[in-house]
Formats: sequence, C-alpha cells, structure tokens
Amino acid sequence: MACRQLWASRAASYLRISVFHRGFSNVVKDLKYADSHEWVKVDGNSATVGITDHAQDHLGDVVYVELPEVGAAVTQGASFGAVESVKATSDINSPVSGKVVEVNEELHSSPALVNSSPYENGWIIKVEMSDNGELNNLMDPEKYSKFCEEEDSKH
Amino acid sequence: MAVMGKAREAGLPLMKLVKLRGMPILQQLHLEERLLRTSSDNWCLINDGTSSPTIVMGLSGKLSELVEVKPVLQDHIPIIRRFTGGGTVVVDQNTIFVTMICNKDAVSNVQPFPRSIMSWSGLLYNDVFEGLADFHLRENDYVFGDRKFGGNAQSITKNRWIHHTSFLWDYDVKNMSYLKLPAKAPQYRLTRSHLDFVCRMKEYLTRSEFIERTIKAIGGQFSVKSISSESIDVPSVSEYVHTTRLLTNQEIQEACCTIQT
Repeated sequence: MACRQLWASRAASYLRISVFHRGFSNVVKDLKYADSHEWVKVDGNSATVGITDHAQDHLGDVVYVELPEVGAAVTQGASFGAVESVKATSDINSPVSGKVVEVNEELHSSPALVNSSPYENGWIIKVEMSDNGELNNLMDPEKYSKFCEEEDSKH
Repeated sequence: MAVMGKAREAGLPLMKLVKLRGMPILQQLHLEERLLRTSSDNWCLINDGTSSPTIVMGLSGKLSELVEVKPVLQDHIPIIRRFTGGGTVVVDQNTIFVTMICNKDAVSNVQPFPRSIMSWSGLLYNDVFEGLADFHLRENDYVFGDRKFGGNAQSITKNRWIHHTSFLWDYDVKNMSYLKLPAKAPQYRLTRSHLDFVCRMKEYLTRSEFIERTIKAIGGQFSVKSISSESIDVPSVSEYVHTTRLLTNQEIQEACCTIQT
C-alpha cells in the first residue's frame, strides 16, 4: 500500500497533477484558475483556456460545445461559449481578455474530450491576451483546490 | 402565527411571479432568455398553454434526427431552436409551462450545476404532487409511475440559472407523430413508442389545481410576488440578440435533403 502511494505520488509529481485522497477533482500546477471553474495556461502573450476537472465532473457527460469564432473578442469573466450536458447549457467564461486565435475543432466531433481530458486534449480556445495583469485576479492551484473543497462542503 | 409567518417570509428571497395564458412559445422563450441574461431578480413564469402547435428543439438538436421533416413542412409546423439544452418537444394549447429563473445565491444549498438544480426541482414538484400521484424525477424527466408527463431543460450562467418545464396537460396524437424516436433515450423508456411512454396530467388534477399547488410549493422557498407581464422591466425584444430562434424554411428543407442523400 505504501509503495503504491509512493508510486502514485511520484507519478502525480511527474505529471504535475495534485491528487487528493478523497477523490476530489484534479488540479494541475502551473495553471491559473477562475472561480467559475475555467483554467488558463499562459505562455508569454498566449493563453490556452479550458474548464477544470471539478467543472467537468459536476457538469456530467458533455454532448456539445458551442465555440466562438476565431477573431472574436473575449473579456475576463464574461461568457464566450457554452457546453451542453444533462439537458443544460452552461456558459464558459473567459479567465482572460483578448482575441480568440484558435478554437479546438476536435470538440465538434468529440465533445467528451472535455470530460476525459479537461486539461490537455479538451482545451477549448487559445487567446492572444490584451492584459497580462489580469492574471492577478485569478487563483493559483492551491487556492483553487481549497475553493472547490469549500464549494462542495457547503452543499 | 401570522406575525411569525410574515417574519419567516421576510427571510425568504423574493420571486416575481408572472402568470400568462396562451403566450406564443417563441415569445415566451425570448422573454425567458432576456430575464436570465439581463435581470437580477428571481422569476417564475407560468404559461397556461401556448397559441399553436410548435416543435421546440434544444440548443444542439439535429433536425433530421429528431423531427419527421416532411409532414412538418407539409403541415407548416414551426420549429424553434431554444437556448437551453435537452430534447425535442411538440407544444400546443394543452401544454403548461413552468419556468424558474434564480440567482444562484437565492438557492444557496444548490450548486449551479445541472444535476443539483434538477434534484432541487424534483423535490419542489414532489411537494406539488404529494398525495395525488406517484410522482418521481426519473433520469431528468418528471414521471407518474414510469410515464413521462414533463420534460425539463436548463441554462446556467455565471451567477444565475433557469430551469423550465413543459408539462403535458393533454396532447394530440397527431402532433406527437411529428417527433422521431431519439437516438439517445432514457433507460427507463426501454423500447416504448411515444404514446406508451408519455401520459396526460389531466388524468390526475385540474389545470388550476396544478398551477395553485406549484405556486404554493414555490412559496415555501421564496416570497412570491405576482406581477403583470406589462410591468416586466427588461430590455425589449428589439434591443437584445437572442439565441432562441425560429428555423427558416430553407433550413428545414435542407434537413429533408440530408435524409434523402
């Protein structure tokens, strides 16, 4: 059991994934998080955006993703698209402001990528950011994990 | 007791109640979308029947897979794509619509995610039908026994959500024939045809009884205030870009061609 835990912990560290014993949602290091459960990966002026493991778990099986047009403007905190799951459309809100430079076309034929790979293949849009300073408004992984725990414990 | 009742009511969030009758479903959906997106109040809309038979699909519905396009074209039945998720329904003057639009903080014990909201609604309608019928929320449908009488859909924004239901007070068999058996059906449906799967609410209670009981159940969680549709204060139709829309004849004809090729 101890060996398995050690292996899991090392694997998690290699993959930069935090895994919680109670089966809580995965949170990836080096990303920033919005309180509406989107993540952003920043590389210079470029941002990749998706929804978190917490979000996909609570949404259920995603059957459709409504994507914005390339070239569309996005604003921090405002909706840019939607996912459909369990008879509901749920807004996806942008964690950063800027211009959409790429959308994940794979999601048209495989919307379930959002569930199976929320931080990798299930990415949703790429944005050319207009204001890197806005990243200060987002949560780091530890703060986001705690935020999710608090949300789940309240309900 | 009256003082305690008032005091208790004072602690409940306000919900504005609008009772409508025969509002066209496109107009109702447009109003709902504007209230969700531009209002900060909680709302309950009850539309007792809509004006004429209309097919209403969810946001991602594929026309050719869900609707018998040829008879729809022949009979000039309008098709709407609505802003919420979920399946396809055919509505008419015998459909009763109940819509709840809430700030997430007004129902703070409910997380703003589909299954939580659906569960909450199931508990609410449990109160509505208590003692009258064998009501259940079953795989996101409202059923009496194992027969569906109400279909649900939702839309969730950052701080608000809408849960709306079309209740089959009664239905016209001919209208049901415009709908195909969906590829994705709930497990409890088994292989039943539409007519063996649904049931009529009118066999259980009167229209007015249903509406009164629903308002009473909502009153257990909200302080309900009736307002007229004329006094709804949100941007007019012309000022707002809706997602909900009527499909064009061209789109419906193209779906017909898709099936043929």
